[in-house]
Amino acid sequence: MVVIGLLVLGMGLATALILRAFNENLMYFYSTSEVSAGKAPTARDFRIGGLVVQDSLQRQADSLTVQFVLTDLKQQVTVRYTGILPDLFREGQGIVANGQLGADGVFVAREVLAKHDENYMPPEVAASLKHKPDESLTRSAP
Amino acid sequence: MLQRFHKYAAPMHFHRLALALSPWLFGISALLFATGLFGGLVLAPADYQQGDSFRIIYLHVPSAWMSMFVYMVMASAGAAGLIWKVKMGDIIARAAAPLGASFTFLALATGSLWGKPMWGAWWVWDARLTSELILLFLYLGYLALQSAIEDRRAAARAGAVLAIVGVVNIPIIHYSVEWWSTLHQGATITKFDTPSIATSMLIPLLLMALAFKSFFAATLLVRARCEILAFEQHTAWVREYLRAGRPS
Amino acid sequence: MNALREFLHMGGYAVYVWSAYALGLVVLVWNVWAPLRHERQLERSLAASRSGREP
Repeated sequence: MVVIGLLVLGMGLATALILRAFNENLMYFYSTSEVSAGKAPTARDFRIGGLVVQDSLQRQADSLTVQFVLTDLKQQVTVRYTGILPDLFREGQGIVANGQLGADGVFVAREVLAKHDENYMPPEVAASLKHKPDESLTRSAP
Repeated sequence: MLQRFHKYAAPMHFHRLALALSPWLFGISALLFATGLFGGLVLAPADYQQGDSFRIIYLHVPSAWMSMFVYMVMASAGAAGLIWKVKMGDIIARAAAPLGASFTFLALATGSLWGKPMWGAWWVWDARLTSELILLFLYLGYLALQSAIEDRRAAARAGAVLAIVGVVNIPIIHYSVEWWSTLHQGATITKFDTPSIATSMLIPLLLMALAFKSFFAATLLVRARCEILAFEQHTAWVREYLRAGRPS
Repeated sequence: MNALREFLHMGGYAVYVWSAYALGLVVLVWNVWAPLRHERQLERSLAASRSGREP
């Protein structure tokens, strides 16, 4: 009986912890509009998601630091990142960055993840289509 | 007509049916795996964006679908056992649990192996991944209850309560990518829209889904046979079965 | 031969793809083998305990 009680308690605890982590991360990222509107936290890390604006990628010479502009087709935010970018990173691609918004309005990222859409097709089909931007990154705030 | 199926609610008849059916189901699933894997690994073209890494889809998506489907089987069977005292309900629930846990683990692990090259992370705490992990915990909790409680029927009842409470997680997993912003992308195959996947890539995926389904049915029947023998070990029919061997 | 090498290479993602499929194989094989083995053992042990009790 005690064993069962402990098991249920243990499981309840695990679930509670998971749900807590869950709740904090329920919205996995803020959109660039939300960040521009000041809805994102100021003093701590958060995640920003958006599309990399075409021709906005700038690489600093002699370092791994890059700067690019993120958009949700409504508002833009500049992101700076030092490190290796994921394979799928390119202009026009969706990304999610983890970091802090600086006082100068530039988002300094500690981590950049690529977000891909739910479409699967061979290269020739993609080339013949006009590639639509990932709509889930440009959805208005719920 | 219903009467004919009704008799299989009795463990004795289900046992005999399970013995007869499982070899066929194993054969069917082997065939489906062979064609699905050939289609997915060899015939399907590489993805324009993800290259050959997308081929993990042929394991990841069917496992994920099964992880949820099997949970509903487990919860429904558990409910039948708990509420209507149907013994086969307890048996099916206990038989399904390790399979569901296996599929959930496979979905998470293959997802991780896919996420690292594509997203750039082995794991993220977004709503989709977290809720699938919770599903794994629910399965493990169910299994822990089964091994902790000596009396099979009591164990099955306790497990059924857990399983039924956890059902709320299933729509959460499914709709997570719609309700919240997630790193995991939205659904490629939905009930009402045309799938956003090339046909040559889609067909092997559907074959693999069928392969996993028939595999689940086959292994469920084997596990159910074990549960039936354990539950019914003191009955006359089991005594006769052990003496006479399998019906040919 | 080149086709086979390309197949195994998986466009550079070999380690991820083949690890996933190896895991899949292990999970599926275990779920065939373990219950069948359990059934054999169970039938044997039940039959043995039964014959021990037979008058």
